[in-house]
Amino acid sequence: MIETHDLSKQFHDFMAVDGVNLSVPSGQILALLGQNGAGKTTTVRMLTALLNPSRGWARVAGFDVVKNGHDVRASVGVLTEQHGLYMRMTAVEYLDFFGQVYSLSPSLRQARSDHLLQYFGLTEASRRRIGEYSKGMRQKLALARAMMHDPGVLLLDEPTSAMDPESARLVRDEIARLKSSKRTIVICSHNLTEVESLADQIAIIYRGRILLQGTLEDLKYKVLGSPEYEIKFTDAWDSGRLEMPEGVELLSQAADSFKVRVKRPQESNPQLLKALYAKSAPVMAMQEEPRTLEQVYLKVMAEAKGREHVQ
Amino acid sequence: MFNKLKPVWLVAGRELKDQFRDWRVLTPMIILVFCFPILMNEFAKQTVDFLNQYSANLILERLVPFSIMIIGFFPITISLVVALEAFVGEKERGTIEPMLSAPLDNWQLYFGKLLVGVITPLVASYLSIAFYLVMISRQNLIMPPFMVMLQLFLLTTAHATLMVSAAIVISVQSTSVKAANLLASFIVIPVAILMQGEAVMLFWGNEQVLWLAIAGVMIISLLLIRVGIAHFQREYLLGREIDTINLKWLWLTFWKNFRGGANSFLEWYRFVLSAALRRIVPAFLFMVAIAGFSIWLGYDWIMVNVSPVMAKASPEVLDKITNAAREMPSLAGLKDNLNAPFLFLNNTRAVTLIFLAGLFSFSVLGILLYMVNIGLIGGVFAVLQLLSVQIPGIQPWRIFLAGVVPHGIFEIPALMIGSAVVLYMGVAIVTPQTGRSMGEIILELLADWAKVFIGLVVPMLGVAAVIEAYITPALLAANLIK
Repeated sequence: MIETHDLSKQFHDFMAVDGVNLSVPSGQILALLGQNGAGKTTTVRMLTALLNPSRGWARVAGFDVVKNGHDVRASVGVLTEQHGLYMRMTAVEYLDFFGQVYSLSPSLRQARSDHLLQYFGLTEASRRRIGEYSKGMRQKLALARAMMHDPGVLLLDEPTSAMDPESARLVRDEIARLKSSKRTIVICSHNLTEVESLADQIAIIYRGRILLQGTLEDLKYKVLGSPEYEIKFTDAWDSGRLEMPEGVELLSQAADSFKVRVKRPQESNPQLLKALYAKSAPVMAMQEEPRTLEQVYLKVMAEAKGREHVQ
Repeated sequence: MFNKLKPVWLVAGRELKDQFRDWRVLTPMIILVFCFPILMNEFAKQTVDFLNQYSANLILERLVPFSIMIIGFFPITISLVVALEAFVGEKERGTIEPMLSAPLDNWQLYFGKLLVGVITPLVASYLSIAFYLVMISRQNLIMPPFMVMLQLFLLTTAHATLMVSAAIVISVQSTSVKAANLLASFIVIPVAILMQGEAVMLFWGNEQVLWLAIAGVMIISLLLIRVGIAHFQREYLLGREIDTINLKWLWLTFWKNFRGGANSFLEWYRFVLSAALRRIVPAFLFMVAIAGFSIWLGYDWIMVNVSPVMAKASPEVLDKITNAAREMPSLAGLKDNLNAPFLFLNNTRAVTLIFLAGLFSFSVLGILLYMVNIGLIGGVFAVLQLLSVQIPGIQPWRIFLAGVVPHGIFEIPALMIGSAVVLYMGVAIVTPQTGRSMGEIILELLADWAKVFIGLVVPMLGVAAVIEAYITPALLAANLIK
């Protein structure tokens, strides 16, 4: 569980994070999106008790980040922006070292290390110096380090960057598995597709402030408006004959299709389909117009920059 | 306790392993450990052969301890490179964040680094010394006595601790390895001067002073460790500041603290200076307390060391002293030479020297200088008392009241206040203060010193100088011998 209230961080005259409010329950993934320097890493560092907030508070795994920094750090697994690997160590030595730092017993260290190395496909290379690893292998090892002590909270900065598609999939699967085992996870990422597939909540940060926060559907609704649907017919059919149910707005029509905007799809879509069947319309398909997180993100950013430009 | 110390060993152990896998650290270490003693041995042999021609035994006896000190010192220089990059190196390589994110306390991380920084050079130093001793044992060179060997062992340990603890402070506070290496001159130069002093003591054969030097170096090392831990901030280690000298920032921060928001000179005196003075009250009281001790020390030293000399003095010498004392009334004419500006500059220089010495030693050397200055009062009184036994007519208290008290009323408190700020600065530097960088803290302290120095110490020394130049000589002349 992660909770923050008015979390802020100021470096001299620069406000890096300004009044961030977050609530991420166990078993959920929050994705922090934003440009480089938006305040994502600073937020994560405050959640790791590495930086003290200038204002506000944060509780991670039930511990206050200022008063119980040691407990916070013991409960959190962090994948940092830079891998932070010791190049002259082997993967086995590296994981064992961090296992000791997190006070794991020798047998548990061995078991966790073996499991993670095997899971990430590093067993074969586990006795080689980390300096000889490829970028992707290093990223996987850094992730293994973050998971070594099986933490209740995971803070992951770009977890799949530099990974090949196969490895990235592996990592996504592991994150999804961790989520289902009631872990609280925060991901900072520029990979919007990945965020779409993993995140329960998304927060878009711009210049230290959260511009928008909610589920993917919430964000789409707030930014792009009500969803749009296209209804296709098997043959030409005059959609003008149809009386649109309440909350459904006709946007365009063609001979064998038409597009509508639906305010409340859960209520209106069944009514719309009912009306179409009542008129014996030869419905072939009804599909939502694809709206991606990328569209949401770019629009939010453009609006923020626009507002800034006006000011 | 063991559980608390375990992470320290863990951090140190990892780093130690890392060092022993790095040929760039190992190679110079091996060369210094084994090649330098051979060179030194050859040098010692040649010197002994040369000195034997002239029967210079005193130097000869001291040559081996000196060589041991130098041999022990060289491997430590390499450790400086390792210690300097202890934190800032990890920061540059990006390995610091996972360590800082781990459940390790600041002191555990710090001592882990410190330990490995001290262990490596010490092992190298001891090995080097042992290798050298084996070599000289096979020749006709005299082995130093046990006590000297113990001193050298402790001296080597103290040097390593001093250099490594200073290097780690620099490593924590630096923004890059390059900056840390440049700042290392602040370690190398004072330690080089210190070693020259110790070498003189070794040749001089003054064991007592050498013990004091060992104690002094250890105290400064402990204070450095304290400073390092006090100012260890995870936040600072994650900063992205770059190495540029921001003179504008330096000046503005200093000026903001010096001015303290005052809008007029009077306001500055009433609120800003008085606030600074309130902060140094405990330090001032401490200075008053050690003033008494210093005066007693000065008095005692003269009584112990000068009294026997006076007792052995021939009647002719005593006559000379008596005549000189009787001619002293011409002191009144001294005001032409010892004028007020000269006295003022002299005293101001003394207070500034105390500040400078204190600044680089967390006030330790500053306080020692203060004690010497204050101790002179006791010394002067002791001399007067000894003279009064030999020369009828000299009244110590009378002379003391006439010659010291009038200007001393201003000069001595000025010296105490000036030294109290230095003590306050030293204590503040070694006290943990979060939320501000070490640079900000030092600038604030410098501003405090400047406030007290300009606002109070300088005017008091000015008044004291005028009294000392124009009133004291007349009073002294009237009271010297009755």
